[in-house]
Amino acid sequence: MSDYSASSDHVPAGAMQEISNHPRSLLAMGDLDVHRLGEILTLTQEFRSVLRRPIPKVPALRGKTIANCFFEDSTRTRCSFELAAKRLSADVITLTEKGSSLSKSESLRDTVRTLECMGVDGFVVRHHASGVPARIAAWVDHPVINGGDGAHEHPTQALVDLATLIEKWGSLAGARVLIVGDVAHSRVARSNVTAFTLAGASVSVCAPPTLLPPGIEGWPVTVSEDLDAEIPEADVVYLLRMQQERIVDDPVVPSLCEYARGFGFTEERARSLHSEAVVMHPGPMNRGVEIAASVADLPISLVEKQVSNGVAVRMAVLYLFFAGIP
Amino acid sequence: MSVTVVRNGQVCSSTGVVNADLVIEGEYISSLVEPGTPVEAAAHVFDASGCLLLPGLVDMHVHLREPGDEEAEDIRSGCAAAVAGGFTDIVAMPNTHPPQDSVGVVEFVREAAARAGLCRVHPAGCVTRARAGKELAGIRELAEAGVVIFTDDGDPVRDSRIMRRALEYVGFLGGLVADHCEDTQLTDGAQMNEGEVSGWLGLAGWPSVAEEIFVARDILLAEYTGSRVHLQHLSTAGAVRLVRDAKARGVMVSAEVTPHHLMLTDEKATEYDPVFKVNPPLRTAADRAAVRLGLADGTIDIVATDHAPHTPENKEEWTEARCGMLGLETALPLVWDLHRKGDLTLERLVDAMSSRPAHLAGLEPRGPLAAGQRADLCVFDMEHEWVVDPSGFHGKSRNTPYEGMTCTGRVRYTFVDGRPVFHADEKVGENKRPGRTAFLVEEGVASEGPTPRMPGRKK
Repeated sequence: MSDYSASSDHVPAGAMQEISNHPRSLLAMGDLDVHRLGEILTLTQEFRSVLRRPIPKVPALRGKTIANCFFEDSTRTRCSFELAAKRLSADVITLTEKGSSLSKSESLRDTVRTLECMGVDGFVVRHHASGVPARIAAWVDHPVINGGDGAHEHPTQALVDLATLIEKWGSLAGARVLIVGDVAHSRVARSNVTAFTLAGASVSVCAPPTLLPPGIEGWPVTVSEDLDAEIPEADVVYLLRMQQERIVDDPVVPSLCEYARGFGFTEERARSLHSEAVVMHPGPMNRGVEIAASVADLPISLVEKQVSNGVAVRMAVLYLFFAGIP
Repeated sequence: MSVTVVRNGQVCSSTGVVNADLVIEGEYISSLVEPGTPVEAAAHVFDASGCLLLPGLVDMHVHLREPGDEEAEDIRSGCAAAVAGGFTDIVAMPNTHPPQDSVGVVEFVREAAARAGLCRVHPAGCVTRARAGKELAGIRELAEAGVVIFTDDGDPVRDSRIMRRALEYVGFLGGLVADHCEDTQLTDGAQMNEGEVSGWLGLAGWPSVAEEIFVARDILLAEYTGSRVHLQHLSTAGAVRLVRDAKARGVMVSAEVTPHHLMLTDEKATEYDPVFKVNPPLRTAADRAAVRLGLADGTIDIVATDHAPHTPENKEEWTEARCGMLGLETALPLVWDLHRKGDLTLERLVDAMSSRPAHLAGLEPRGPLAAGQRADLCVFDMEHEWVVDPSGFHGKSRNTPYEGMTCTGRVRYTFVDGRPVFHADEKVGENKRPGRTAFLVEEGVASEGPTPRMPGRKK
């Protein structure tokens, strides 16, 4: 595989501290070092070829049971984890907040301990509150994979994005990534800043100050408020979802329309990209807000490629974290 | 009259710390004598070798949870925690269910405290009816029933007009308004201090300015109305600066800081363990340095624990968890640590944890120990090392942020009105009720002097 030229001294402090506590779990991108990252990307390539077979299934996790705990709505992540587990021949139980005893106000701790008592070998956890996977990892004896928690981290999304770019270019060393939009509330942004930095890319961030998290000056990124100056420099433009709910709760921008004018990735802006540059979005997209409908479907957009890599990457993660466990 | 001698201690006296035996007759200190002096008819002798004798500690900010949340704490267990921490007087915050906004609830708390017979409990009253922030509570009847401190703690008095009237009216009745300073519009949904750590953890931030806006407002209202105001649990450098400036102008403002804001920072949130979730939140190292300095130079008048017991169910996961942490049983060793490291003089420590809060809460004056004074004592074993183990706590809850921490110094005995109500080495007797120390006595605390008096006590 290619060169991921690590620069782990740039990984934010919060991420680094999480490494040692639950070594068998994947709670944040910072839990992975360059070596582990390389393993995941190599395995991803192998599973990608498995998925191209007539019968896209291997017995790697036969006999293992994975609890897919999705306490927040999700299409991409939930389905790709479920499919990944099935392609590895694991048994999967999927739990959502509505269909579980959580809606009868059973405590979260009791819910996951109950699953563990039934013989679950590992957990995938998605939750609307930051830190829930970390708490669950402290309560259970089996590994926990973070499937996205609040505004904290979404490490498997970052792995999907890395795998997608590395599939295209072979390496990210020296690449310039421009992340645009609501970094403050984005778990994808936090994981991807760590992931891109770990892979040797340089990251800049562009958003109005109301959408930047406190303390971003301590992140390994450069911050800009001038999108049009940044676009021609970028190899990757990574657009974040801009949520209507944000504006209702807190007037971070006057309207989505005004956001789209200042920070939406329009056709005109797409024209100022250099010829090799690509556009990414973690989904779900708000066409016409952070990304113009027409741009989303251009060949420069890797959006669908990202989604199709989701299964292979999650197979690699499930295999690495759950195969060895007794 | 029964005579008790506390031997071989170092006594915080009006002439400084002296080696002396302290003789108690009835409820009062009768004399300080040379160590080893024979005392006639001494019925009880306590060894205080290696101990500092402090006036009984006073905590202006305690949540006893009764009535309403007895699973987390009740008045008896809260009092047991208090005496285990060396406190002889505590002010009970009124955010109970029902809240302490009427004489009936206040009397209930006092009577339960008298039945517990451990320390004196001084219920605070609500500023607004039902703590709803809409109209003033029955302040005169509460004041006539002896309530001195008025607060909606847990919430600020949001409405500036109500705060203005409360300051004027409570001041006129001789009471003191204590405000929880928080602009709740700026903290809507907040989970921890807003800063580098919250930014990375993806938890909504509680900006320091939300506290400072209300600190500034309360100072200006106190200045404008010529009233006293007390600011609870200061946590930010900016708030300390505002209070310092206000005091320099002669504004009648007093302020408190908690042991946790003196000791801990927002870095503790990194593991998402909600035992560290508290309101106001743990702040940055710079804020911690500022509150330490503020306490040392007297800008911050007192240490108050904001003892806030919670059940494990309410401390499970960060976002859903309630705010608050235990304080009573660890406060003195933590503040003592500041003293040991040279950040706080012994005089300021005694002032901030005993004399000054007693003054603010309208209690009987207390200060350096001397003959004739009420025998409320905290006997503190200065060099005793111990590891914080919540399973040994006297309160009902276990949500201490200091589990596993090694402390130097521990309370060996606590005396209220000359009676030993806590002895560190004598644990729960078999035929005693759970959570009680062997020395906890059955009859009520015989408190003759202090105002406000405790009604309903048994002789």
